[in-house]
Amino acid sequence: MAADTVRGARKFGRYTLLVVLAVIVLFPIYAVVLQALKTGPDSLDHPRSLLPVDLTLSTIKAAWTQGNLGRLLLNSVFVSVMVTLGVVLTSLLAAYAFAFLQFPLKGPIFVLFLATMLVPAEVTVVINERTADSLGWVNSYQGLIVPSLASTFGIFLVRQVFLQLPTELREAASLDGVGHVRFLWEVAAPLSRPTLGALGLFTFLGTWNAYLWPSQVIRGDRAHETVQIGLERLKNNDISKINLVTGGLVVAALPIFIMLVLFQRQLVRGLTAGAVKG
Amino acid sequence: MKRRLRDVPWAVVMLLPSVVLIAVWTVYPLVKAVQNGHLRCDVTGTKCIDAGWGRYWDVFTSTEFQHALGVSLKLMALTVPAGLVLGVGLAVLADKHLRGIGVFRTIFSSTVATSVAVASLVWFVLLQPQIGVFADLFSGWFPVLKNPGLLNDPGTALLAVAFSSIWANLGFTFIIVTAALQSVPRDLYESAFVDGAGNVRRFTNVTLPMIAPTLLFVTVVLTTRALQTYGEIALLTGGGPNPEKSTTTIPYLIYGRNSIISGDLGTKSAAAVLLFVLSLALALVQFRGLDKRVHYGR
Amino acid sequence: MAQVRLDHISKTFASGDEAVHAVDDVTLEIEHHEFMILLGPSGCGKSTLLRMVAGLEDPTAGDVFIGDRRVNDVAPKERDIAMVFQSYALYPHKTVAANIEFPLKVRGVGRAERAAEAVRAAEVLGLEHHLKRKPGQLSGGQRQRVALARAIVRNPAVFLMDEPLSNLDAKLRGDTRAELVDLHRRIDSTFIYVTHDQVEAMTMGSRVAVLNEGRLQQVGTPQEVYDRPATAFVAQFIGTPPMNLLPAGMWGSETVQVGIRPEHLRLVPGGPLHAVVRQVEHLGHEVLLFADANGTRLVSRLDPGSFLPEVGDPVAFDAEPGRLHRFDPESGERIE
Repeated sequence: MAADTVRGARKFGRYTLLVVLAVIVLFPIYAVVLQALKTGPDSLDHPRSLLPVDLTLSTIKAAWTQGNLGRLLLNSVFVSVMVTLGVVLTSLLAAYAFAFLQFPLKGPIFVLFLATMLVPAEVTVVINERTADSLGWVNSYQGLIVPSLASTFGIFLVRQVFLQLPTELREAASLDGVGHVRFLWEVAAPLSRPTLGALGLFTFLGTWNAYLWPSQVIRGDRAHETVQIGLERLKNNDISKINLVTGGLVVAALPIFIMLVLFQRQLVRGLTAGAVKG
Repeated sequence: MKRRLRDVPWAVVMLLPSVVLIAVWTVYPLVKAVQNGHLRCDVTGTKCIDAGWGRYWDVFTSTEFQHALGVSLKLMALTVPAGLVLGVGLAVLADKHLRGIGVFRTIFSSTVATSVAVASLVWFVLLQPQIGVFADLFSGWFPVLKNPGLLNDPGTALLAVAFSSIWANLGFTFIIVTAALQSVPRDLYESAFVDGAGNVRRFTNVTLPMIAPTLLFVTVVLTTRALQTYGEIALLTGGGPNPEKSTTTIPYLIYGRNSIISGDLGTKSAAAVLLFVLSLALALVQFRGLDKRVHYGR
Repeated sequence: MAQVRLDHISKTFASGDEAVHAVDDVTLEIEHHEFMILLGPSGCGKSTLLRMVAGLEDPTAGDVFIGDRRVNDVAPKERDIAMVFQSYALYPHKTVAANIEFPLKVRGVGRAERAAEAVRAAEVLGLEHHLKRKPGQLSGGQRQRVALARAIVRNPAVFLMDEPLSNLDAKLRGDTRAELVDLHRRIDSTFIYVTHDQVEAMTMGSRVAVLNEGRLQQVGTPQEVYDRPATAFVAQFIGTPPMNLLPAGMWGSETVQVGIRPEHLRLVPGGPLHAVVRQVEHLGHEVLLFADANGTRLVSRLDPGSFLPEVGDPVAFDAEPGRLHRFDPESGERIE
């Protein structure tokens, strides 16, 4: 009985703490969304109330047109989808080779692949920008898409899953006369769907959110900007129009928030793929 | 043997796309960057001479690089411990079977949905001097919020960037640590409870050792991200405020629009390679140093 | 002409400095429509041998013939064989029907014909009502039948089976044994069946090939292998309880190892073999008498109604005339 009341008080205390922390964590998002929905595009009245009343969509609409958000979103979607498809495809192929084929030096070659995971974008971007330039890919979709089409992480992940398939499955299939392409397409890939989904989601998010590379390869060409780099144009308006930024932010962040609510589990799986030992 | 070579054509075809892409966009740039680091160029980057490996030392000891190094390390010190403690704290707090805990977990994870650009711009808006929300709410305690604004005061600009980073990384840390916590077998806790261990002791004797590998992973990731901080700087402060350049991290030095070496290919490459080496060294140190703790456990 | 012929087949795995002779110079002929059992303890090379017939392993030396064709360099799918794996190797994401059809699909058979053939194969194995299910929804025995159906749908000349019953529980094993024998009778294929269970071997096979440490010990009908084992190994591997193998010199000459099956070891007062009773086991239909003769363990099979000594009693045994087996103590080979 005493334990129960203690538990009751503790529970209350815990809930309070949770609520307070949740408010703190959410506050920035809340404040920005509120600002986007409350005030007009160039209204500077403050101190503002933090209550969700007197809402209007005018700021968001203005941000949409001024910031060319429709085009930005389209570009982001296109680039992210293409990169995701590319990464999944190249990872499937390479992982198949490592998991199911025998060839000389397979081990060392795989280790070399793994080593490339260590190389961060910061080092490669400098030169890649010049490479893209010499290919004429600056300010183009190819420039945004092609460099990201292969992923050592993806190869690692898919190979891992493929290796867990029972070898007897491959043997039975080869007895049935199943060739490599058919086995990959009809057996290996379908059986790896959860991991492929996580990889796809992860890649999509990473591409959507990318800032460094797009900022280097797209220079001033509004037609090809992604959401991440195009958004800052709204920032560079005069300061009285700061609310436009919030409007842009709501539009830019909304798709990802929705995706994440829908695909929570796959995201967690993708993030923890390398992290949790157990 | 015949069997070994039978698969080679297939292997070549299947590996080719990845090999070509990685060779062109990862391996080649690395090699070229290391080479370019030898170059000493004029300001426009057009006239360069090969100054050998010594050039790396020159770049490393240059005032610009040293300053940027200091900023990067400061940022690391600000964001990594705080981010770790907050992430673990939230995860532990939310690791209980309370009704509605899922909502809280989703909220704490939510910042993982923010991109660098989004998170930075959110804080940019909030930290606006005079008219930003934080200026409205807290300028009574912190006048600097209003004048000249956290982002414009050389003493506080890096702190502001740190806030933005910590907040943005919170979701990631939370998710990973939560997953690790959930993989701790419950009967370890029960056994400790039966032995009379209280909450704190259970945490230090059961939880921490069990999630130690994950904490190491998170630390390495947070450190790497801190060293790679570019977008936040570009969007929040542009490397300034000047003339102190209080927020010019090494990546910003390399890529920033306002960076003074932005045209100098040789120095950029050298700085990038130095950054890579630094990150690698730090990661190794962390693995070695903390790994001992992880395995022999407290 | 034999259906399958293995000619001086060897398979060596190199591991560091040591070479493991998984299969050591085995020559074996399997006739049309035989039910040939490859029998032996684990590690004896029986599975490796089967896989070489399948084409999943290449022989280090020797030739494999299927029909009159040398198939060493022929891919498995061209060999006109089908294989049932120990774990069944079903495609978990496909339905039973899709699993059974798959070999035909790979060969380009049209959709309607494929479906019809799958149904036919399913009917042979009693699976008609499970065609739309996935393997995860079936019991172990049903899964095994799906694996069999997938194998017979191609009408192969040779049917290879690698310990197909070992994943089933005892009761199911007995039922399935009978079904497999029946299947063999109904379809026109040669069966090669790998097992470590000598009961399966004795009850199912038309002939048994006993292997140990990569070498072929003996080939013969179950009765031949039982009545006239060619080596001491075969003598002890086949038969439950195992044959009594007396050390050299205990009965007769120093240079001969004598073997007597438990059912041929009789309690005969004044007999030549003296022992002390250690245990008496009543099995209902028979009694097993365990005795100790100077450190050697003896087992004797007795009728329930006969006179039974007690534990600790000294007893004397004799062998039924003509039922002594003699083996060379060094090589283990049978001596006539």
